[in-house]
Amino acid sequence: MEDIILSLQNIRKSFSGIPVLNGINLTARQGEFITLLGASGCGKTTTLRIIAGLETPDEGHVLLDGQDMTAAEPNRRDVNTVFQNYALFPHMNVEANIGYGLKIRKRPKEEIREEVKKMLSLVQLTGYEKRMPSELSGGQRQRVAIARALINRPKLLLLDEPLGALDLQLRRQMQQELKRLQKKLGITFIYITHDQEEALTMSDRIAVMLDGRFQQIGTPAEVYETPKTSYVAKFVGSANIVYGTVESIQEETVVFSSTAGQESFHSRGRSFTPGQPVTLAVRGEQARLEKGAEKGLAGTVKEKSFSGGMLRVAVELSDQVEFICSRHGIDSKLEPGDKVRVVWEPEHACPVDLEEENQ
Amino acid sequence: MKHMGKKKKWFKGQVLTVLPLYLFTLLFVLGPMIYMVVLSFLTRAETWGILPELTLKNYQDIGEPIYLKTFWESIKLAVVSTLLIVAIGYPFGYFMAKLTGKWKKRVTMLLMIPFWTSSLIRLYGWIIIFRAGGVLDKLLNALHVTEEPLKLLYTYPAVVVGMVYALLPFMIFAVYSSAEKLDFSLVEAARDLGASPWKAFLTVTLKLTLPGLLSGVVLTFVPSMGLFFIADILGGNKVILVGNLIQDQLMKAHNWPFAASLSVILLALTSVMIYLYRKISGVKELEGLV
Repeated sequence: MEDIILSLQNIRKSFSGIPVLNGINLTARQGEFITLLGASGCGKTTTLRIIAGLETPDEGHVLLDGQDMTAAEPNRRDVNTVFQNYALFPHMNVEANIGYGLKIRKRPKEEIREEVKKMLSLVQLTGYEKRMPSELSGGQRQRVAIARALINRPKLLLLDEPLGALDLQLRRQMQQELKRLQKKLGITFIYITHDQEEALTMSDRIAVMLDGRFQQIGTPAEVYETPKTSYVAKFVGSANIVYGTVESIQEETVVFSSTAGQESFHSRGRSFTPGQPVTLAVRGEQARLEKGAEKGLAGTVKEKSFSGGMLRVAVELSDQVEFICSRHGIDSKLEPGDKVRVVWEPEHACPVDLEEENQ
Repeated sequence: MKHMGKKKKWFKGQVLTVLPLYLFTLLFVLGPMIYMVVLSFLTRAETWGILPELTLKNYQDIGEPIYLKTFWESIKLAVVSTLLIVAIGYPFGYFMAKLTGKWKKRVTMLLMIPFWTSSLIRLYGWIIIFRAGGVLDKLLNALHVTEEPLKLLYTYPAVVVGMVYALLPFMIFAVYSSAEKLDFSLVEAARDLGASPWKAFLTVTLKLTLPGLLSGVVLTFVPSMGLFFIADILGGNKVILVGNLIQDQLMKAHNWPFAASLSVILLALTSVMIYLYRKISGVKELEGLV
């Protein structure tokens, strides 16, 4: 395709013998907002640094705008980064920080001043030209860092947990603003976060990372609704994972059983044979707890808690797996110690590949 | 009122604790300095001692070509030594700051160990190296670089080497303390924004380590004009610095007022340098001293 801005091909990287990236593939189109989502240490930052040219991959290729740039110096790439700690130059004022990229390119002073002005109004910091970074608040520094990267009109903007240091309210506000900027400028964003909510609200596509591999790359809806692996289901949707063996198949509905009992799920295009072990992701708000039901997985209520408008009931299934059910509202007749069965509609259980964090 | 009383008491306590320090400084630093300045305006007695007659003669004497030449030579030597020290000490200090914990400790240790022996003894070591048929000559002979002895001892280069050797650690530590505070992600940010490695060094690394570099310059330039014993031991009588001049006037010619006026000029030069350092770097304390 013509509008592919970035293509990572089988990138591998290890640091002093410890593999950090184990064969990464990713393409980003013009104007796309892609989020790399994963826990700390999964290799997101290394991926970003390789795209920026601050790190060289051991294997694989980095293609920018169709050209192989694997070995190119950072300053030769049409890519800019918003660093996690902002990395504003402490000895320069806001104007000099933002204008740095243009000054390095020896653009005329007047033009730099004009461009900086435009950038400042874009990030809503008009009038802050002469301030030093030490005189700015966290949110303002963030804006300067973004303006400093955007002034170069990169084809690709890399953002390494740019909102990580901000408080929740400011975070929400900056999320909106970043999204607005990205839409307005039409620049491809590669965004790193470990916050699944942030990823779900902002991204066009999410790449969920675990141990230097992509577990799944897809739209927020895909990743949320049809997680590929148990890790994705847990990390993105906070889903419960249950295990069992396939019993029988009727068209799309597959019945499985475990020591806790029997339930069914939708095959979602996967093929199953009786006797095959299966891993399922079931979200807490889509399962019900019933006393004296015929089918379902049997367990005992362990704990009841109320948080964020949701009632959470933790059940220990007979096969020692924990299952958390959540419901709106506070009323529940269930008490710890009650024997219950966990039941759900087949379309609410999603078969996934078993993939766990190595720890 | 009660509040103020408390404050006063606290203030009193504070004064009492630091008072000995102030007295010490007054007595042993400011006192001699005032004595020196006063002395520089007095008249030398015919044979020995001072006459209490005010005069500007001592300062006028400095204007004589032979003494001006000594100042000029001293400054030249200080510039050459300082440039060499910067060339060696800056990269050394910078990369030392980039070392990992274990190696950082080891290198610091290696730099500190020589300080445990007398600097005089270490200078005599250089005599053994430099003298005709000494260690350096033997080494160069063995490597077939030179056939004849170099006769380096008692030459200008020998004095420069001695200065560089004696003062290099000050530069290294000054640059190190500055470079250690440098956040490397700033250099990466510069590279990311389009700067070549050299441009990133000039606009970010050098700018942010400038206070260390400048304080290193102050710490090496000023002493290298005054370290008379280095010029004595490694330069014979061929290299005469302001320091040698002061020592000679004081110890041999017994012209105390003239020695004092020379010292005042040296002190003034030092003050100017520190003033410039503050002006340029905007830092109050000399980096690397604490």
